[in-house]
Amino acid sequence: MKKTDICKIENSKIIINEQIIFESKTENFSDFAKEAYKTLELNYPKFHKMDNLSKLAFLASEMILKNDDHSNTALVFANKSSSLDTDFKYQESINSQDNYFPSPAVFVYTLPNICVGEISIKHKMQTENAFFVSDEFDEEFLNSYAAQILQSGKAEKVLCGWVELYRESYKAFVYLLTR
Amino acid sequence: MKEIYITDYNCVTPLGFDVESNWKALLERKSGVALHKVIENHEAFYVSKIDSEKLEIEFKRFFDSAQNDNLTKLEKMFLLSLKPLVERHKISDETAFILSTTKGNISLLKNESTLPEGVYLSNLAQKLADFFGFKTKPIVVSNACVSGVMAISVAKNMIRAGKYKDAFVVAGDEISEFVISGFNSFQAIGSEPCKPYDKNRNGINLGEATAAAYITSTPSENEKFKFKVLGDSAINDANHISGPSRTGDGLFASVQNAMKEANVSAEQIDFISAHGTATLYNDEMEAIAFNRMDLQNVPLNSMKGYYGHCLGASGLLESIISMESALNNTLIPCKNFEEIGVSQDLNIIKENQPKEIKYILKTASGFGGCNAAIVLEKS
Repeated sequence: MKKTDICKIENSKIIINEQIIFESKTENFSDFAKEAYKTLELNYPKFHKMDNLSKLAFLASEMILKNDDHSNTALVFANKSSSLDTDFKYQESINSQDNYFPSPAVFVYTLPNICVGEISIKHKMQTENAFFVSDEFDEEFLNSYAAQILQSGKAEKVLCGWVELYRESYKAFVYLLTR
Repeated sequence: MKEIYITDYNCVTPLGFDVESNWKALLERKSGVALHKVIENHEAFYVSKIDSEKLEIEFKRFFDSAQNDNLTKLEKMFLLSLKPLVERHKISDETAFILSTTKGNISLLKNESTLPEGVYLSNLAQKLADFFGFKTKPIVVSNACVSGVMAISVAKNMIRAGKYKDAFVVAGDEISEFVISGFNSFQAIGSEPCKPYDKNRNGINLGEATAAAYITSTPSENEKFKFKVLGDSAINDANHISGPSRTGDGLFASVQNAMKEANVSAEQIDFISAHGTATLYNDEMEAIAFNRMDLQNVPLNSMKGYYGHCLGASGLLESIISMESALNNTLIPCKNFEEIGVSQDLNIIKENQPKEIKYILKTASGFGGCNAAIVLEKS
């Protein structure tokens, strides 16, 4: 199994294979994501509707997937905080009886695998998907799960990644594995 | 290649706190679904809910009072479903512990200004693992409503990868204001007991349950039963994050891959335990996908009329009931189904009927465009 491209996002920087391709002064994740979207000319309006976890996973994946053919690339992602960033916001909308406004547009993002769905939609990837939650990034686990997908012939490549976000604390480490 | 077997299981549901009582209730067509008030100042919803007092009594029968402290209702449900399996099978350094859940202890979030530790799924998994003394790091699968089916796939694949010899898989979710209000905001909740695949279906009933299974590559000689996990797949629709594909692409591909890996043809499948949430779009999508696979004549049911939709628990719970069906050579009807309400033919089970079942196909679909399928063989 070979690890080809690697994308890291942290501290307001996007780094591909050790090279910084975008950097911002803002410490606020939403602003950082918006600036990155503009600068990198991503041109995908659905991006603006995504929650922050999906934006993070999307940005990191986009840098690796680009416009290549990924009709046989599986997606195996993991993080620590699941969708708690959006869960918390959704919970605030139902905490008080006087201010009770559950929104379907927010609720749909209260699942961690939605970010995988967003990436699949963008690249028309009708492929194997899995989302795991663990207290820390466990590359060995993700790689052995990915290896099974490759060995059984269910995909030719696997985009693996750690996409962790809660409020202003975030980190993405996404990489492509091939046989 | 290593053969992987399910050799034991258990479940905790409104119909009973073990498989035997659940099976008996199902034969009598009992349902856990009833009207309950879940949200203050809001009308009651049809949900399949475990009576908290009965759960307490059951818990105290098996666990001493010191163990009762600091446990949520969901955690008690998890412990009760795992306990008999842990007593019957030894935990070693090569035993995996796999938890499947969509929302875990999400109820703890209500009115909190910071995140309580218990809402982290990894903390929930570690707490359960420590309780029984699991030695490996817990694995948590959180793939919306397909998590329960995927938990079996993950056990199979991780045992094949060589790191583990066996696995305890547990799946569970509880009814919460969080989830009910969300599905209600989508107008996805049915105004009556849900009617999967029926012409008059109008939405889902949510439910709560936990289910547990023991999966191994080294079954002993005296197992009471064995089901081989032959194939699995989980393919995304790549179509929409909150609605199923109109062409059933992801489910079709998942079933196709799982059957290919299992080396089992459409004619060989004896029974399909489908997802059947009773929303208009889901059931229609499934009918299209099964027809594309030429599975329209295979007897099929959805268990949602008995248990509601138990999110991350449903796939494992329904797999367990399917295996129980196979062991008892009895097909269970799709409760509340009367008249076909999907555009394509399906062979929906209407009465309890005797049937020799060797190959089972279990499927699920969920938010995020995810789908999952597994093929099991009674051996």
